[in-house]
Amino acid sequence: MKKALKAAVYGLFLTATPWLGTASAADSAPVKIGFVTTLTTPAAVIGNDMKNGFDLALEHIGGEMGGRKVDVFVEDDGFKPETGKQAADKLVTQEKVDFVTGFIWSHVLLASVKSVLDSDTFLISANAGPTQLAGKGCNKDFFSISWANDQIPMAMGEALNQEGIKSVYIMAPNYASGKDMMAAVEMTYKGEIKGRDMTKWGADTQLDFSAELSKAKASGADALWAFYPGKAGGAFVSQFMQAGLADTMKLYTVYTLDGISLPKMQEAGLTAALGSRGTQNWSPDMDNAANQKFVSDFLAKHGTYPSFYAQQAYDAVMLIKSAVDAVGGDLSDKDAVRAALVKADFASTRGKFKFGNNHFPIQDFYLREVVADSEGRWTTKIVSKIFTDHQDPHAVDCKM
Amino acid sequence: MRTSNFLTPKWLFSVALLLLLAVTPILSDIFDQAFYLSIATRILILTIAAISLNFILGYGGMISLGHAAFIGIGAYCVGIPIYHDYSSGWLHIFLAITVSALFALITGAISLRTKGVHFIMITMAFAQMAFFLFLSMDEYGGDDGLTIWYDSEFFSGIDIDNPTTFYYICFVSLILVMYLYHRLVASRFGRVIRGAKSNEKRMQALGYSTYNYRLVAYVISGAVCGYAGALMGNYTNFISPDMMGWTRSGELIFMVVLGGTATAFGPVFGVLSFLVLEEMLPNVMDMIHDGAGFYWHLPFGLILLFVVLFVRGGISGFLDRLGKR
Amino acid sequence: MDSALLITQLLNGLQLGILLFLLAAGLTLIFGIMDFINLAHGSFYMVGAYICGTLVVLLDSFVLGVLLAIPLTMAVGYVTEVLIARSLYLRDHLDHVLATFGIILIFDTVTHLIWGAEGMVIPLPDWLNGQITVSETIQLPSYRIAIISVGLLVAAGMYYVVSKTRLGMLIRAGASNRTMVQALGVDIKVLFSLVFAAGAAIAGVAGMMISPITGASIGMGNDIIIVAFVVIIIGGIGSIKGAFVGALIVGMIDTLGRSYLDQLLKLFMNTETAETAAPAISAMLIYILMAIILAVRPQGLFPPKVR
Repeated sequence: MKKALKAAVYGLFLTATPWLGTASAADSAPVKIGFVTTLTTPAAVIGNDMKNGFDLALEHIGGEMGGRKVDVFVEDDGFKPETGKQAADKLVTQEKVDFVTGFIWSHVLLASVKSVLDSDTFLISANAGPTQLAGKGCNKDFFSISWANDQIPMAMGEALNQEGIKSVYIMAPNYASGKDMMAAVEMTYKGEIKGRDMTKWGADTQLDFSAELSKAKASGADALWAFYPGKAGGAFVSQFMQAGLADTMKLYTVYTLDGISLPKMQEAGLTAALGSRGTQNWSPDMDNAANQKFVSDFLAKHGTYPSFYAQQAYDAVMLIKSAVDAVGGDLSDKDAVRAALVKADFASTRGKFKFGNNHFPIQDFYLREVVADSEGRWTTKIVSKIFTDHQDPHAVDCKM
Repeated sequence: MRTSNFLTPKWLFSVALLLLLAVTPILSDIFDQAFYLSIATRILILTIAAISLNFILGYGGMISLGHAAFIGIGAYCVGIPIYHDYSSGWLHIFLAITVSALFALITGAISLRTKGVHFIMITMAFAQMAFFLFLSMDEYGGDDGLTIWYDSEFFSGIDIDNPTTFYYICFVSLILVMYLYHRLVASRFGRVIRGAKSNEKRMQALGYSTYNYRLVAYVISGAVCGYAGALMGNYTNFISPDMMGWTRSGELIFMVVLGGTATAFGPVFGVLSFLVLEEMLPNVMDMIHDGAGFYWHLPFGLILLFVVLFVRGGISGFLDRLGKR
Repeated sequence: MDSALLITQLLNGLQLGILLFLLAAGLTLIFGIMDFINLAHGSFYMVGAYICGTLVVLLDSFVLGVLLAIPLTMAVGYVTEVLIARSLYLRDHLDHVLATFGIILIFDTVTHLIWGAEGMVIPLPDWLNGQITVSETIQLPSYRIAIISVGLLVAAGMYYVVSKTRLGMLIRAGASNRTMVQALGVDIKVLFSLVFAAGAAIAGVAGMMISPITGASIGMGNDIIIVAFVVIIIGGIGSIKGAFVGALIVGMIDTLGRSYLDQLLKLFMNTETAETAAPAISAMLIYILMAIILAVRPQGLFPPKVR
């Protein structure tokens, strides 16, 4: 933000003295990347982890792409779509960035996408994958490095089949993503759904799940499946234990247990998390050179395992670098940059990586389990592969 | 009431401010700072809402902690029709004004039976209900909000997607709303509303049904706020129940008080200072210490406290005292 | 309907009601005696949770942490009263709303500065982390029982102080007739500070009790304080009894609404509509209740006798 103000002051000088214009200096001017994430509110813990992954990537590439320096403009979305949209507006109208990336939350991304794309700027989502943008609403300048939101829960439903779970009780927050998650699990799961609960989310998020957990217990289902990102995750697991469900029901989650929440749960002794399973497209124990370098350097620097938020921000930087490198740093030809982005010629921490027609990845999904590593730290380990080269079901609606 | 002397600092300041707002698009174009035009547009729209709140709060003594709901309703009256491909701007404005007026009529009829803190809380309760209602409408995005993919359409040839055109639509709207309220305050209706604030018994003894007068004032206020909401929908191109939360209503009250309640220009000063503070504080703090900008709510809260404790009459009152010196 | 489930739900409703009462008690007294609307009352709920959480981790004892956190939260309340709140009592309600809105921002940001943005998970000792078996089908989490007991204990303590002591007499007198207390020659400033600090401490206790369940987070008080306001308005401002009854009503309606409304709605609409409508309506229930009560009985259920 300091830079923003400086840029404003320079802007005044530049417009007042147009002969100092920068046409000739174009290739030595920095590549500008806008990064929108959550740095305030309790969700900041996710944003900070994501930014750590982003910063580590910049460090690994020496702060340089296609022979040009990289200038980063970090903006906070305050966990609010409206604030995120204002931040995106600022990035494209004031800073005039070349790429906008980041975005944890689908609703923040959906609010911001029009501003960014209207200004012909490339938008690379590093986590949010709203299905609207994967189908009819796909756009030539929009890329998602993560997934379409329903892929992980679809994998979850399939994983429950493979695990031989006969009946399940479902809990998720009552907002759009929560409902999408539920629908997606129900789409692939073939067993019996004994009951489902949607809890209050948003301004006065419900964190006391006692009523719902009693219902889950009474339902007699084999397993409980839950989706509680951020602070709700810790509250959920702790009450799952207090309600005495850990002994009677198997726990499955998506987006709930990760590199951010696990150290905290370990600290608070929430042992119900250990052994619980969930689906993801990546895990810190994946065996490829890019991932090993990323995970070990992240561990050395921050003392915790990276979450998938950090991992995807890292991948996003690498993707952008691959495109800027491919065009030799000349970003004036948008079509060439776009073509280079589509190629996705970079070493992903997921191993193989390619984009589908809708600019969402075609990738593998895994079942992972929470385990303690050799030093006793809680992390996740891949148990089995659920889907191979999976493409989201919305891609067929995309006319691209 | 000062009506004759126009050369007070307050009047000079107000006129200068309006002139500055009138030429903002030109300045922003010269300096190539489209971002500041965007902020100025926001200021105009919120000022319309603040003026409508100021009328009932400042002149009428009705502290509504639920006015953000009207902005939200107005915005959804743009978003929902556009979602169904009804693009006529006239329809949007008609809906925004009638639906929010209707909401104001129903909730006002109940709320105005109460007074004081009960009124504050019941207006907030109704706004919370509206909040949860929109939160539960999955079809229109629920909590995720609704992106408005294109703007309202009026005449062919007028493209309100153009920031400068849209800015001037907001500017003219603001001037019209200021004029409307100027006439309203001075009218017999306005005198009854003001009279009921200072001495309700007396107005009733004079044969006025203060309840009816208040209800009409509340409905007008809601309708104007709804109109501001329709503009807001076209401005942000995105709406979510977040816009209607009780803290938003609180912010709107702060804007009115910061500028000075029961004054013609107070809302303009208030909204302007509020948004400039919101924009500048993080930057200034980051300059002092990198990363400090995230804590801008701390000085913001202190400023709020300072204004309430020490600045009687807000900015408008301050300028008045400057004139008397 | 499953009776074991119903009993558990009733207990959960009771627990929420008790927590709301702890918040509402201070709120209603402060409003009744000082005529002061304190939107920032929820900040003490948050501060209590954070102080307690820090002490629990530091001392490795939950009980010790709570016992030490109570006077500390009280001190925070006292300082707030002396520095800011005191000068606002004679202002109008509008100033109260604004100033306390500012105080919320300050508390939230200072908490962010001290404890970081990520919130806090507060561990429970093993002896509170188990189950109490009532019958074969009914098992109750022991910590829930602990919360309800502590809450009822505080309520009983308040009842004793308010109805049996000289201090309580002054508080009761103050709630119904402010000028009379001043005429009695009581140092009204000290009484005000005391009520404010005690209210803050009790709100803090509520925060300490809930935080092992939900974790402590910034802004946790802002969500619940609105519900606490609904409680005191339903109960009648200034009345402890009203706050107690109102809190239990709101706690029950909210909890039972969340659990049974979908089944209720399914009786007269199709499953899918019921499942989408139920969460929205159950979230609105308490506000609808408040609007109805205000419309028919604007002074609430138990208004203090003289005003």
